[in-house]
Amino acid sequence: MLKLLRQSPLSAQIGMAIVLLNIMAAVFAPIIAPYGETSVVGDVWEVFSLKYYFGTDHIGRDLFTRMMYGARNTITLAFITTFLSFLVGSSLGFIAAVKGDWTDTLLSRGVDIIMAFPTLIFALMILSVMGSSIPTLIFTIAILDSTRVYRLSRAVAMDIEVMEYVEAARLRGEGLWWIMRHEILPNAMPPLMAEFGLRFCFVFLFIASLSFLGLGLQPPLADWGGMVRENAGAITFGIYTPLIPAGAIALLTVGVNLIVDWFLHLSSGLHE
Amino acid sequence: MNNLLEIKNLYIEAFYEEQWQPIVRNISLNLKRGEVLGLIGESGAGKSTIGLAAMGYTRQGCRLASGSINLDGTELMGASDEELKAVRGSKIAYVAQSAAASFNPSHRVIKQYAEAPVQHGLMGYEEAEEEAVELYRRLFLPTPEKIGYRYPHELSGGQLQRSMVAMAMSCKPDIIVFDEPTTALDVTTQIEVLAAVKEITEKMNKAALYITHDLAVVAQVAHRIMVLRNGRLVEEGETCQLLEKPKEKYTRELLNVRNTRQEKPITDKMGVILKIENVTATYTGQENVLEDIDLVVRKGRTVALVGESGSGKSTLAKVITGLLPATHGSVSFFGEILPPELKKRTKEDLRRMQMIYQMPDTALNPKQSVRKVIGRPLEFYFGIKGKEAEEKVRELLRKIELDPDSYIDRLTTELSGGEKQRICIARALAAEPELIICDEVTSALDQLVAEGLLDLLQDLQNKTDVSYLFITHDLATVKAIADKIVIMLKGKIIEQGEKKQVLSPPHHEYTDKLLASVPEMDPNWLDNLLAQRASAFI
Repeated sequence: MLKLLRQSPLSAQIGMAIVLLNIMAAVFAPIIAPYGETSVVGDVWEVFSLKYYFGTDHIGRDLFTRMMYGARNTITLAFITTFLSFLVGSSLGFIAAVKGDWTDTLLSRGVDIIMAFPTLIFALMILSVMGSSIPTLIFTIAILDSTRVYRLSRAVAMDIEVMEYVEAARLRGEGLWWIMRHEILPNAMPPLMAEFGLRFCFVFLFIASLSFLGLGLQPPLADWGGMVRENAGAITFGIYTPLIPAGAIALLTVGVNLIVDWFLHLSSGLHE
Repeated sequence: MNNLLEIKNLYIEAFYEEQWQPIVRNISLNLKRGEVLGLIGESGAGKSTIGLAAMGYTRQGCRLASGSINLDGTELMGASDEELKAVRGSKIAYVAQSAAASFNPSHRVIKQYAEAPVQHGLMGYEEAEEEAVELYRRLFLPTPEKIGYRYPHELSGGQLQRSMVAMAMSCKPDIIVFDEPTTALDVTTQIEVLAAVKEITEKMNKAALYITHDLAVVAQVAHRIMVLRNGRLVEEGETCQLLEKPKEKYTRELLNVRNTRQEKPITDKMGVILKIENVTATYTGQENVLEDIDLVVRKGRTVALVGESGSGKSTLAKVITGLLPATHGSVSFFGEILPPELKKRTKEDLRRMQMIYQMPDTALNPKQSVRKVIGRPLEFYFGIKGKEAEEKVRELLRKIELDPDSYIDRLTTELSGGEKQRICIARALAAEPELIICDEVTSALDQLVAEGLLDLLQDLQNKTDVSYLFITHDLATVKAIADKIVIMLKGKIIEQGEKKQVLSPPHHEYTDKLLASVPEMDPNWLDNLLAQRASAFI
C-alpha cells in the first residue's frame, strides 16, 4: 500500500494533499479555529486581515472559522451519504445480477421509476414534506444516489456473474451472500472505488446546492454551500467573500477527482 | 532462387521487471517463393513474436533490438512508418488465430475483403469483389458467389478462417504469416483450412510462415520446420527429416507425446455412479439442444464425450450439474434420481460431483489466493478450518505436484495456464468427489502441459478411484484417457461403446470422419486424405 502511494503520479499526490488538508481542517476545526462557529466577532464583510484571515461574513462572523467548521459538517455529511448510497445501491445491484429473473426486473424497474424524476425536484419534494433535518437529508440523497450506484454495480456484477468461478461457487452450493461477498465484490471493487470518489463529489455539490436553496443544513450551522448563499449578495458590491467557500468546494472536488483518475487508471490495468 | 524473406541474428526484447529482457535470441531464417516454413513451440517460445517481426512489427512493450529483417530487398529494421505501411498488406500479410475477433461484425465479409485493395489503390471496388469470389472458390468455400455477402456471424468458424485467409490475399502479398490459424477449430473444420493453406502456397506460388504448437498440423503444410523454445532455436530441418530423425531431446518429446498412453483393463462389473436416461433439454423452449440422451458412468472409469462444437456436449454437463433442468428424462446419481434443479439438490450430492472447466483463467477468481480457492470447499463441505485446513491444502498441492511453500500464498493471477488448471483440479479434489466432469480441460493448454495434466488425472484416478466424464473435441485426448467413448452430433448420441470397439471399424459414418480428421505425424497424410475425399465425391 505504501509502495503504491509512493509510486503514485504527481496529480494524485496533489489530490491527496488537498483531501488531507480538508480532512485536517475538519478534524481539528475546534483547535485551529480562532473563534466560535456561530459567534459574531466583527463588522459585516470585513476584508482579510491578521485578525480575520478570510475577513468576516454577512453578520460579522469570522469566515476562516466558519470555513473550518463548514469543512467538518459538509465533508462528514457527504461521506456518510455516499457510504450509505453505496451500501444500498451495490447490495441491490449485486442481488439483481446474481438472482436475475423477476428480482432483477422488479429492482431495475423500481430504480427506473425513481430515476425518472429529476433528482433536485425529487429531493426538494421529500425535504419540504419531511422537513429538513440532517437524517432526512442524508437519507434522501443516499436513496437518490443509490439508483446510480445500483446501475453501475448491477452492470459490473453481470459481467462477473457469467465467469466460471461464480458458476463453480454455485455448483458448490454457496449461498447468495457468499457469492456476493467473496466472488463478486473483490472483482467489482476497482470500478466501484472510482465511482465512490465521483459520487462523493456529486453528493457534496448536491448538498451545496440544496443549502443554497435553503433546504440543506440549517443556519447557524456552517456549511460551504450555505455560506455561498448567505454571502451571495456581497458579490454585487465587489466583495470576494462568497468566492472563498465556493473556491473550497471547487478545490475539494478537483482534489477528489485527481485521486479518482488515478484509481481509474490503476483499475483499468494501464500502468504506463 | 532468391530469398523472399531473410532474417539474420534477430534479437527482440520485452520490457518487464523494469528492464529490457530478450524474448527472442539470435534467430536467423530464410524463406523462398513457394516455400512454407513451420515455426513450432509451446506458448512463450517466441513464435508469434517472430511472425510479427517479419512484418517489422512488435507488440506493445517490445522492441526489435538487433539483427536484420530483409523483405524482398527492403530492410525493415529501423524502417519508417511510411515504408512499413507500404510493405504490409501488399508484400506480406497476416492471418490471426481468431478470425471471429478479426472481422468487424457489422460489415459484410466481402466489403471487408475489398477494403485493403481499394485503400491501397490497387483496384476498384467491383474488381475487388470479383477477385474475392474467385478466391473464395479456390479456398473451397461453399457458394462462393454469395457467401461474401453474409455477415461474419453468419459463417462458421472454419469458413470465417478461410475468408480471413482470402482477405490476407487481397493485396496479392508474396508472403503470408499464419499464426495458429486452426487452433480454435474442430478437427473436421481444421482440414478445410489446411487445404486452403496448401492451395495458396502450392498453386499460387506464395511463401508462408506457419506458426503452430501442433507438430502434426505443421507436418501437413510445411516444407521446413523450426522448433523454438524460450526464444531460442532448438532444431531446424526439412519436414520429413525432422519427423523421422529428430536430433534434439525436446523435439523428440514433442513427437512422442501422443503415443505414450498405456491401455487400461476395462471391466464393467464396477458400480454405476451416474446414469442418464432419455434426457431432453432446451434453452429456448422450442428447439431441443439435447435429445434422448442415455449414458452410464461407472466407478473408477472415464467416459469421453466427443463431438464438434455445438453438438451439445457442454449442455449435457449443464443438465447433469443442474444448471439447466432437463425437460424430459432423469439423471440418477448412485441409484437415486437427482432433482433437476440445482437448488433442490443436497449439499452431499453437490459435493460428490465436481467440475473442471475449459478456461482456467475464468474458472478461478483473480482476487483469491490459492489457499482460499482450495480451502473453501474444505470449509464448506467438511467444516475444516485453520491449521487443519492449511495442512490439507498443502497435501492437496503436493497431490497435484505443485510445491506448497511457493504456491499456497500466490494469487491465482500469478500462475501459468497449466498451474491454474492444476489448482482447479485441487479445488475439485478437496471436495472428495466421486465424479469429476472435465469440460475441455486441456484445450486451452499447450501440448506438453496438457499431456502432463492428463497424466495427473490418470494418476489420481488410479489412486482414488474417481470417475471422469471427459468432454472434448480432441480425439488425441480421448485416445489417451478414455475407457468408454460417447460420440455426439447435433444433440444426439450417434455411437457409444468401449474405446476399442468405437475406435476400430466398422464405425458410424460420422465417427469415421472424425477419426480420419485427426492429423497424423505423416507429411503426406493431408494430401492422401484430400485425394480420398475428392475421389469419393466423383
